[in-house]
Amino acid sequence: MRTRKMSQCVEQIRHVCTLGAFESVLAIKRAVPIVHAGPGCVAKLWTTLGSQNGHQGSGYVGGHAIPCTNASEKEVVFGGTDQLRKVITNTFDVIDGDLFVVLTGCTSDIIGDDVGEVTRKFQDQGKPIVYVETGGFKGSNLVGHELVLDAIIDQYLQPQQVEPGLVNIWSSVPYQNTFWSGDIEQLNILISSLGLKPNVIFGPDSSVEALNNIPKAQFNLVISPWVGLRNAEHLEDKFGTPFLHYPALPVGPTETSNFLRAVGEFAGIDPSVVENVIRKQEERYFYYLERAADTLLETRLLPRRFITVADSLYALGIARFLTNDMGLIPEKQFITDDTPIKFQDSVSAEFKKFTSDIVAETVFSNDGGFVEEEIRKLKIRSRPIILGSSWERVVARDLNAYQLSVSAPIGNEMVLSKSYVGYNGALQLVEDIYSVVLNDFM
Amino acid sequence: MSINLNLSQVTIREKRLKSIVGYQGTIKDLAEQSQSGCLKNASRGFSQATNCNSGCAQGYLSSITDAAIVNHGPIGCAGDVAGANAGFQWGQRIRDWNQRNVRIINTNMSEKAVVFGGDQILKEGILKAYERFNPKAIFVTTSCASGIIGDDIESTMRNVEAEIGIPVVPVFCEGFRSQIWASGFDAAFHALLSRIVKPAEKKRPELVNVINFAGSGRAVITEIFGRLGLVPQFGIPYSNIEEISRWSEAAATISICGTLGSYMGNGLEQNFGVPYVTALQPHGISGFDDWLTKLGETVGKEKEVEEYLAEQKVIAAPDLEEIKFKLKGKKVVVGMGPSFAHNYIRFLEDLGMEVVWGFSWHYDAKHDHGGCPSCTVELTKIDKDIPVSVSDQQNHEVINLLSKVKPDIFIGRHPGMSVWATKMGIPAIMVSDEYSAFGYQGTIEFGHRIIDALTNNSLALNLSKRIQLPYTEWWLEQDPFEFLKQKNKRKESENKKNVAVR
Ligand code: SF4
Repeated sequence: MRTRKMSQCVEQIRHVCTLGAFESVLAIKRAVPIVHAGPGCVAKLWTTLGSQNGHQGSGYVGGHAIPCTNASEKEVVFGGTDQLRKVITNTFDVIDGDLFVVLTGCTSDIIGDDVGEVTRKFQDQGKPIVYVETGGFKGSNLVGHELVLDAIIDQYLQPQQVEPGLVNIWSSVPYQNTFWSGDIEQLNILISSLGLKPNVIFGPDSSVEALNNIPKAQFNLVISPWVGLRNAEHLEDKFGTPFLHYPALPVGPTETSNFLRAVGEFAGIDPSVVENVIRKQEERYFYYLERAADTLLETRLLPRRFITVADSLYALGIARFLTNDMGLIPEKQFITDDTPIKFQDSVSAEFKKFTSDIVAETVFSNDGGFVEEEIRKLKIRSRPIILGSSWERVVARDLNAYQLSVSAPIGNEMVLSKSYVGYNGALQLVEDIYSVVLNDFM
Repeated sequence: MSINLNLSQVTIREKRLKSIVGYQGTIKDLAEQSQSGCLKNASRGFSQATNCNSGCAQGYLSSITDAAIVNHGPIGCAGDVAGANAGFQWGQRIRDWNQRNVRIINTNMSEKAVVFGGDQILKEGILKAYERFNPKAIFVTTSCASGIIGDDIESTMRNVEAEIGIPVVPVFCEGFRSQIWASGFDAAFHALLSRIVKPAEKKRPELVNVINFAGSGRAVITEIFGRLGLVPQFGIPYSNIEEISRWSEAAATISICGTLGSYMGNGLEQNFGVPYVTALQPHGISGFDDWLTKLGETVGKEKEVEEYLAEQKVIAAPDLEEIKFKLKGKKVVVGMGPSFAHNYIRFLEDLGMEVVWGFSWHYDAKHDHGGCPSCTVELTKIDKDIPVSVSDQQNHEVINLLSKVKPDIFIGRHPGMSVWATKMGIPAIMVSDEYSAFGYQGTIEFGHRIIDALTNNSLALNLSKRIQLPYTEWWLEQDPFEFLKQKNKRKESENKKNVAVR
């Protein structure tokens, strides 16, 4: 069951344009975006992906520190390559970075500035710089994220000797997924627990060195319904690195244990090692869940049904956990990441693989206004919980539903290292959901 | 230049007000150059991300309660809507309203629309907004993409307007058109003045239009105005279309900010006969005195104002003494929009602090009444000549300068700025509420806010010890305005001298 919504217009946006991928560059330590676009692009995109998304601030070289041409009428009329050349030249003097990524916006792409030519001159001088055309009209920032990685793969990476056990992980998209850095930390812990070595590309432990090491990996691990797949295919073509595609974000014991088994098998790890890890982790999880069980069962107004409004990664991960582990029932699952049409069937299919033959109905729409209308039409008997963005706070209040923000934009929460991934992340999610419920009592 | 409401598009500030984003010198020189008409914008060989006028236009209009906005562009151009919504939630909350989301639809312009034109999707967007929100008016904000491909959006809008029977009003705010993001306020006000405000059927001599943002100061102003026999009408945010259509009935218009209010205030004066009060901003004592006094003069309430102010002076005196004693000689750097910057410089000097540098994110050589901004002129009247620069949040200039002048505190007003001072170990205050330091009580509260920031600076100190700035050593050794292409630029040594002399 799947509904596809072909609305042109969007209200209450949840992702931004292709250029938003400059945030993926910021997620790599000491990597510096250079933006060739109009004066407002960075500020606008940063609002949805940063300041109103878990209150992620400028960090090392984000926000107003990002070198930017702020293209004006002059550049639009006469071309912007001169200004870009100047800004790049001076960036090398002014900004202390290890890799520079030139990204374009609408103005540059529509007037047709040859950014490649400008950048190649610097590449020829041996500067660590790549370019990517990310004019906003090309698509979402998730597509932009893939374009940035492709540019790095094509223009920067060199073949390397394979290092057994080294794994590149492609999953939560930096800044778009509000909990991305915590997610990456949790995934790294999970992968390390199997004796593999994660190559950390984004987040607190990242480095440009790790980027250089991408071709060294024994395999690429794509944990996501669709984002990142094209990069893994690209890496396979270019460096012959095999990849494992695991479509669901592992949240909770059922999925995480499945995930560890899948990775262990693909990596050729002794199953007893894997089972050992799983046993320990599940014991810890159930220690806590047992203590919570009284309240989970005995409090007055517990949610029985949940609605998810999130990108496919979180919608699937959370839906699996709440259904398979927590015994809740999925209402409609709204998938807001502008999933390319060619992936919609496979994404939908994942929402049919639940315990007890439960099937979650999926609706694809990046138009929050439409999603809101649909939510208002649902007939739900109990008091449901809506897992969405801060946009859903209004409809949740109107419908007397519980609300927890799990997807961009999240303006109503401060998010630092929190993650809902793995065994530990599931405990965190239980804490958060039931704290919303309990807070409602007092 | 008088305000022409027959044009569909406002003339950008660079042309209308001779506004600039690049300058370095002193306040007296800046005022002199603007008065003699020879102030020139200096460009930069290196620049960092700023803001665009679409954000101001869209954000401001989105909090009109019964209007909708169609943002005609690719989806990223609606990236700021989450921020507009956060602001809107706050404004509804402080009014005890039921909270709802802002009503903005983006036309999600794709490659196809860029190549083949976006008229059809614009039409769909307008119809969708009409159907979804049942608004009293629809504002269409443009984007870089729609501007460059040159859709004839006006004829599309006229056609849809005829179909649905409510005003469908263009707001031209393509990011690349103006380097001055405040041009977006003008675009918003132009739309209102030309299409929403109607000539007054009757005049209301007690009514005063107050142009502001979220409007947290409503209760205080209502009380003060009440004593003068006046009634404030706050807006434009949180007003409805019907109320705005009658802004022409008021006896006067006054604004919380000269940068914000210039176009609307003068437009109402020139086209609807409502006088605009061009006073200092009501921040700090002298600013508030001037603001209220000029309002009194405009509406014939001189005596009432005088009495009120005299009374306030007595009440506030002991607190102000204490604050001045504690802040005396503290060095401060200010970084804000032009009106706030120049008003806060005066206000902080009044508190006995030493303003060692003033950044304004842009500068209008004149306002729409024709003269140089009053807050700037006022600063030329004091003995000292304060070093200032104009820089649209150019972070490299700000950080470099802060690292050299090492102030006791940085006071800013825009997101993403004060944090950088903090990273350098400098305590910082962000003035996000436009009514901070408003009137006598606000001034006292703000004074204590500075004292508190100076009293415990542990967050900034701890951060600065562990955090690396993204700037090279080379850069931090350069003159902060190295990349500014200005002929009569002062050397850093001269700046230093300037600071030292003071
Ligand atoms: S859609 Fe285009 S103009 Fe708008 S923010 Fe994205 S790149 Fe910039």
